[in-house]
Amino acid sequence: MEFTLKTFIFYGFALMTIASALAVVTVRNIVHAAFALMVTLFGVAGLYVFLQADFLAATQVIVYVGGILVLILFGVMMTSGRLEMRIHIERGQLLLGGGISLALLMLLLTVIANTPIWKNLTDDGTQLAPTTERIGQLILNEKFLLPFEVVSVLLLVALIGAALISRKEVRD
Amino acid sequence: MSDFFSDGFFKNINLQDSSNWATDFVQDVIIPRLPEAVAGHFSVELGTVIVMLVCAGIFVAVVPLLPLVLVLAERKVAARFQNRTGPMRVGPWGTLQTLADGLKLIFKEDFIPPQGDKVLFLLAPYVIFACSFAVFAAIPFGQDILVSDFNIGIFYIMAISSVIVMGVIMAGWSSNSKWSLLGSLRSAAQIVSYEIPLGLSILTIVMLVGSLSMREIVASQDGGIFTWIIFRSPFTFIAFFIFFISAIAEVNRTPFDLPEAESEIVAGFHTEYSGMRFALFFIAEYANMFAVSAIGVTLFLGGWQGVLPGYDFLGGLPGFVIKTLGLVFLMMWLRWTLPRLRVDQLMNLCWKYFIPISFFNILGTGIWGLIFKEDDVWSIGISCAIIYIALISAYAIAGRNLARRPEPQPS
Repeated sequence: MEFTLKTFIFYGFALMTIASALAVVTVRNIVHAAFALMVTLFGVAGLYVFLQADFLAATQVIVYVGGILVLILFGVMMTSGRLEMRIHIERGQLLLGGGISLALLMLLLTVIANTPIWKNLTDDGTQLAPTTERIGQLILNEKFLLPFEVVSVLLLVALIGAALISRKEVRD
Repeated sequence: MSDFFSDGFFKNINLQDSSNWATDFVQDVIIPRLPEAVAGHFSVELGTVIVMLVCAGIFVAVVPLLPLVLVLAERKVAARFQNRTGPMRVGPWGTLQTLADGLKLIFKEDFIPPQGDKVLFLLAPYVIFACSFAVFAAIPFGQDILVSDFNIGIFYIMAISSVIVMGVIMAGWSSNSKWSLLGSLRSAAQIVSYEIPLGLSILTIVMLVGSLSMREIVASQDGGIFTWIIFRSPFTFIAFFIFFISAIAEVNRTPFDLPEAESEIVAGFHTEYSGMRFALFFIAEYANMFAVSAIGVTLFLGGWQGVLPGYDFLGGLPGFVIKTLGLVFLMMWLRWTLPRLRVDQLMNLCWKYFIPISFFNILGTGIWGLIFKEDDVWSIGISCAIIYIALISAYAIAGRNLARRPEPQPS
């Protein structure tokens, strides 16, 4: 394989993602794990850019890093008294978790094995265009309009639920 | 210098053709000018990396100079507002004061709290610093002075600036101090809340222009002052003020400076920082202030386009900088005029006023777009008339209410 600048940056992002993902599951300190997750999410956003999914990459950062991760950190900082906790795993959990991981690994290996050739998408003449416009049109077309609306209703329900739970009891 | 820019030095990438401006620059400009003996061995890839690093270097070198000027400007403005003279000792009229302060900070002890989290403590300033700098990559300073013309320009800026909050939390938590933690939690709550009206007011512009690219947003405002997006419809006029106030909240400046309220929580998330690390926070703060003003100018006030169509008056790089500094001055003015908000007032303003108004704006912009298919003279005329009438009546109402208020009695 030709070693160009692009492949160099790609392996940089891949390494970043995998190393930080390993850190997320191995580090003892929960806050450190959360910050390692930030690096993982950034790495995945970088990989999206390599797939020419620019809009998705920015959305990934804005939603996961700017929103969800902040919420996770809020949760961790507000609730846990001890940050260094010993995580002990029981045998049943180990079997179950190991089984699921193994199944996932087999699935991914099958996908990798069945992918015919590793090729650069731009080489075979297909023009890669910015995705924002196409995503917008697909979401507001008949094709994906219903799922999109269902998801927005779900989010609204979650929002109202959160407001209901966190609201003070009013006695009258 | 202009020859240097017109060589296509800052001409840009576009995902559409997946070519790279730096590669083009190396192939078209550098290689033909090299001596023949060297040219054969010159790697385009390596040249691309070098050109990109040089470009990034220009920004990393220029942007810290901004705070040098802005800090002094802020102190002078504050002094004038309070009938003082401000710094006068170092250099003529105190112009070298910031430089002296910067030198002092470099030589200060770099103290790391022993009970804190050392790794995160050291990392936090860099996260904030890097994110404030990355924003500058997508701001068009002039016709060809743009590092990268992303197709998703403004969305990229929002994404990157939303990461700053992670740096703030990191700094606050790793300091292991209650002031820092309180400051960082306040800051996070504030930034996450105000991002919503900010994003929604940007969305009105995106609806109007039909593109997320910063270059195209500026290009759509090329017909003089009345085609600037702020005057295109009454709704964008409202959106500008929501954008600007939310942006002040995003960069944590008075009246929204609860995260670093001196009288309550010492200095907020950077209480424990000293020396150069503190200076990094300081530089990032002023760079952010400049960046949000520059974004405001790009989105609402015509970017680098001039005031009159066809003339270069207040256009190009100088015009852009003048407009941006105008907004920066407005921020300073507000800071030294208004008192700090309480937390509940802050959240009320965001959730009960700005967000509903922003949604109303989006609806209005949609209807406006349906009525006026093209941006013609009529739509701009009508919009300017509505804005004028609204401003006059607001002035009249405010004047009457102020006149009715009883004079404060001397105690």
